[in-house]
Amino acid sequence: MPVKKVFETRIDHISILDEKGKFDEKLGKGLIPDKDAVRLYEHMLTCRHYDEIAFKLQRSGRMGTYPENRGQEATSLGAAYALRKNDWLVPCYRENAGLFWRGLPMEYVLLHWMGDERGNQIARELHMTPLAIPIGTQMLHATGLAWASKYRGEDGIACTFFGDGATSEGDFHEACNFAANLEIPVIFFCQNNGWAISVPARIQCSAPTVAQRGIAYGMETAQIDGNDIFAVVYAVKKAAERARKEKKPTFIEALTYRMGDHTTADDARRYRDEKELEMWKKRDPMVRLRAYLASRNLWSDKKEAAALDRAKEAVSAAVKRAEEIAAPDKADFFNSVYAELDEELIVQRDTMRTSSLGQNEDEVSEPVRSM
Amino acid sequence: MANLTLVQAINLALIQEMEKDDRVIILGEDVGKNGGVFRVTEGLWQRFGEKRVVDTPLAESGIIGTSIGLAMAGLRPIPEIQFEGFLGPAYDQLCSHAARMRARTRGAFTVPMVVRVPVGGGIHAPELHSDSPEAVYAHQPGIKVVMPSSPYDAKGLLISAIRDPDPVIFFEPKRIYRAFREEVPEDEYTVPIGKARVAAEGDDLTIVSWGASVIQCMNAIEASGRSIELIDLRTISPLDTETIAASVQKTGRCVVVHEAPKTCGMGSEVAARIMEHCFLHLEAPVQRVTGFDTIMPYYKLELEYLPDAKRIGKAIEEVLAY
Repeated sequence: MPVKKVFETRIDHISILDEKGKFDEKLGKGLIPDKDAVRLYEHMLTCRHYDEIAFKLQRSGRMGTYPENRGQEATSLGAAYALRKNDWLVPCYRENAGLFWRGLPMEYVLLHWMGDERGNQIARELHMTPLAIPIGTQMLHATGLAWASKYRGEDGIACTFFGDGATSEGDFHEACNFAANLEIPVIFFCQNNGWAISVPARIQCSAPTVAQRGIAYGMETAQIDGNDIFAVVYAVKKAAERARKEKKPTFIEALTYRMGDHTTADDARRYRDEKELEMWKKRDPMVRLRAYLASRNLWSDKKEAAALDRAKEAVSAAVKRAEEIAAPDKADFFNSVYAELDEELIVQRDTMRTSSLGQNEDEVSEPVRSM
Repeated sequence: MANLTLVQAINLALIQEMEKDDRVIILGEDVGKNGGVFRVTEGLWQRFGEKRVVDTPLAESGIIGTSIGLAMAGLRPIPEIQFEGFLGPAYDQLCSHAARMRARTRGAFTVPMVVRVPVGGGIHAPELHSDSPEAVYAHQPGIKVVMPSSPYDAKGLLISAIRDPDPVIFFEPKRIYRAFREEVPEDEYTVPIGKARVAAEGDDLTIVSWGASVIQCMNAIEASGRSIELIDLRTISPLDTETIAASVQKTGRCVVVHEAPKTCGMGSEVAARIMEHCFLHLEAPVQRVTGFDTIMPYYKLELEYLPDAKRIGKAIEEVLAY
């Protein structure tokens, strides 16, 4: 037979709680117990408020450049909720909701954007890696972390987050390829929020979906409504089970929207249509979850006000902790270059403010050995 | 005690460390069933299995990036990059992440990984199989760069590298993979990272070199009949300033020899440190005998490019006559 079909596929888009508040009982029943749904909404409220405060901190000169997470709360939060505490979360930088849910103290993210490495000094038990600035490079680390878990015969997996822009980077493809071919339990979670700074997603991927990039590597693939926390939990739960049982990776494309600018250094009005933002405001993950809770008599304006008060208190306390942290030792950046410093580094550290040929006694902690 | 080649010494070190520590994994292109294109990992896949000696996809950034993840999880990966010319794709993972993870996280995450890379010219190889990029990585804080020139040092240095808590690039001079044999103890021993070796003692001039060039230097010294101290750095970064300085303070004259291009090669750094520590002892400027500031030629002309005993001999005479 000269022409024979050797492969055919299909990608489904999953939506359980849509923007109008319609809930699919078949897929969604029992997925998120009421108690948890309330907690998740409250957490989103806290994260949304945190985001607003962070923006203000930058604008008032108290913090450096900050990337708003606004509008993307359901993705990382749903994933963190669906995963176990020993599953690695490997974020880029728009996953505050998931990281905080897992237990990262909120001031850590502030410290990172305040130019303080102590914001990355994350306790190992949290099973999360620090915010990642280089685009598209962290998925390989997630693949290695998950590989180590498999190597040790452990049941922990890894879930890595990245944007549509990151799927253009070579390392993304290398990570997918490694995970799929070497059977490594990673969940590749793409937050397709439509924009990589000012460049629209169609310049990153002109195929009908970003999801089909996963299929190219032989991975099970899903496209979901990323603003629907039920769909996120559904997809991540399935992917986690596949990872644990079959040691196989999954690719999830979550359609969401970056409601703010790329960072506080950006102005999206220069390249985005106001109408687009208005459309996505209706799809806000919080709006529909609030409606869902209200429809089940689990929420009220009074509860919202009380929750917002708690959120303000928590965020305010985090800001205080971040701003009141003791100043780092001036030579702090020497001490973590290696486990042990070599002679040259020790000399550099001890004479950092003086020339190498002379020495100002007031500026050094210890005199340099004579040469 | 056996007489081993460089390849055999490295192979022995890998076997011994893998037996001792089951956190150690080897990964790379062709390292498994094939035993490595230079046979350096020969027999390991058969001995330790496919879970510990892994044939990876053809993707250098992928190899190093996943190794970083493995190391962050507490394993001790030893990825191989098949030739130094292919470090390019891995540069970002090495310098943006491996080198930085400890500092970025103030020690919460570290990368105890060893990247094995055959390096250098002289084997009639195709393009990008004969380069010497050690200075590029020496310039990156947070990683260590070593290059043994002998089987004994290779075994000891590799074991030190595997046990080091920080990322180490272990360059293997392919020109001398099988060039000669040396006694290599079966027993466990280490060669410290950061310590140069005085390969020959002398009074009139110091030669500082590393890798396959050390052999060229030895030939040049013998041909010269002079009293020359030869320092084999063994570790490119961190530099053993103390050993270099002590020698040049004694001899007052120095020649640095390396295959890598002259400008911004490690010879520049050695010369700068000699200025800092030995200025008043110098009888002549430090001279460098190096590859030229050209692209490494295809193998027809590679011997015109590589520093040989003749060029080194000329430098010796010039510096002694200054």
